Amino acid sequence: MSEKIKFTIDGKECFAEKGANLIEAAKENGVYIPTLCHLEGVKPAGSCRICNVKINGRPMTACTTTLIEGMNIENNVEDIQELRKIIIETLFVSGNHYCPACEKSGNCELQALGYRFKMLVPRFPFEFEEKEVDAEAPKIYIDRNRCILCKRCVRSLKTEDGKSIFAVQGRGYKAMINIDHELAMNMTDEEATHAMDTCPVGSILKKERGYYDPIGSRKYDKKPIGSEIEQIVTN
Amino acid sequence: MSKPIVATTSLAGCFGCHMSLLDIDERILDLIDLVDFNKSPIDDIKEFTQMCDIGIIEGGCCNSENIHVLKDFRKNCKILVSTGECAIMGGLPAMRNNIPIKECLEEAYLDGPSTKGHNPEGILPNDEELPIILDKVYPCHEIVKIDYYLPGCPPRADLIWNALVALVTGDEMKLPYEVIKFD
Repeated sequence: MSEKIKFTIDGKECFAEKGANLIEAAKENGVYIPTLCHLEGVKPAGSCRICNVKINGRPMTACTTTLIEGMNIENNVEDIQELRKIIIETLFVSGNHYCPACEKSGNCELQALGYRFKMLVPRFPFEFEEKEVDAEAPKIYIDRNRCILCKRCVRSLKTEDGKSIFAVQGRGYKAMINIDHELAMNMTDEEATHAMDTCPVGSILKKERGYYDPIGSRKYDKKPIGSEIEQIVTN
Repeated sequence: MSKPIVATTSLAGCFGCHMSLLDIDERILDLIDLVDFNKSPIDDIKEFTQMCDIGIIEGGCCNSENIHVLKDFRKNCKILVSTGECAIMGGLPAMRNNIPIKECLEEAYLDGPSTKGHNPEGILPNDEELPIILDKVYPCHEIVKIDYYLPGCPPRADLIWNALVALVTGDEMKLPYEVIKFD
């Protein structure tokens, strides 16, 4: 049996296996730490910064943190929540997020965080930057207007022989997600659906799907993102 | 005591937010008891006749007339409420913000499916009576100070109702999860 360690989140006593990832261990203890880039089973990137928590008083990303015995984590505290809200608002103004015209609306994790954090308006000016859509692949398309560069697709969507279908092109503000058209040619319907579900926003979408779930029965229509984790009863 | 006075307008919007305001079912009778309307498409009063308490703004600013009306609202209303995605972030009209204005006009008046071949002289509307189209669509709060924001496309009727009641009564506004939506 592997070693158990004890840590606290906002004073709540939590337990995990030694070497566990903080976001995932928090989840098992019924604590939701919001994230847009983390995927279970995929090497963490720490790219979206929304999972920022204070560990022993210092801000750190939870997804890149391996738990050690006795860590004191602050999660649901005012300055951290405000920091997260600022990041969410920044994402809304730096991309072109027209929720009413997006097929992912209602199932979008960025939008869901906007709801959870009660974002009524971003505090920053909108950039309305020009972004391109790549619809060359037969099953999927990328709408970079909505991309938040979380790199979930780059890190997790691979062919059977381990080749990445997506990659980052350029650096800094010129960085954008590109698709390997040759590899994308052979994507199956299931792989296309999986790619769409991996994308936290409406940037990677499956073609010929459109507005699939009726309003009212979409993932985040009735319940906030993370509420399923907070319902987990631990003792 | 006289009732609070409400003014409303639709700038670069689709009137969906006004429809949502009317979607409060039987509470519309309470609304009439609660407030009076001044300049608004609802009662067809075209110009402000007195200082208003609450101005409800639907739509962003896509032309010079929108700017004029919005500034007029700021001058004549104590509180301005940006209502709906268009007022808050430009909304669907702002999808043209990445397209040069010349291309937009050419698509609308020269090359579009319904205009191609029907405008041989290549006339683009430029009468001085017409409002000038802006370089891009602006959210209302980038033009004047806005006091409150009600997101949604349209904002849910309950959200508009809760906000109006809270503003008029001074009570804290109810914001249940289901009413804050961006679509």
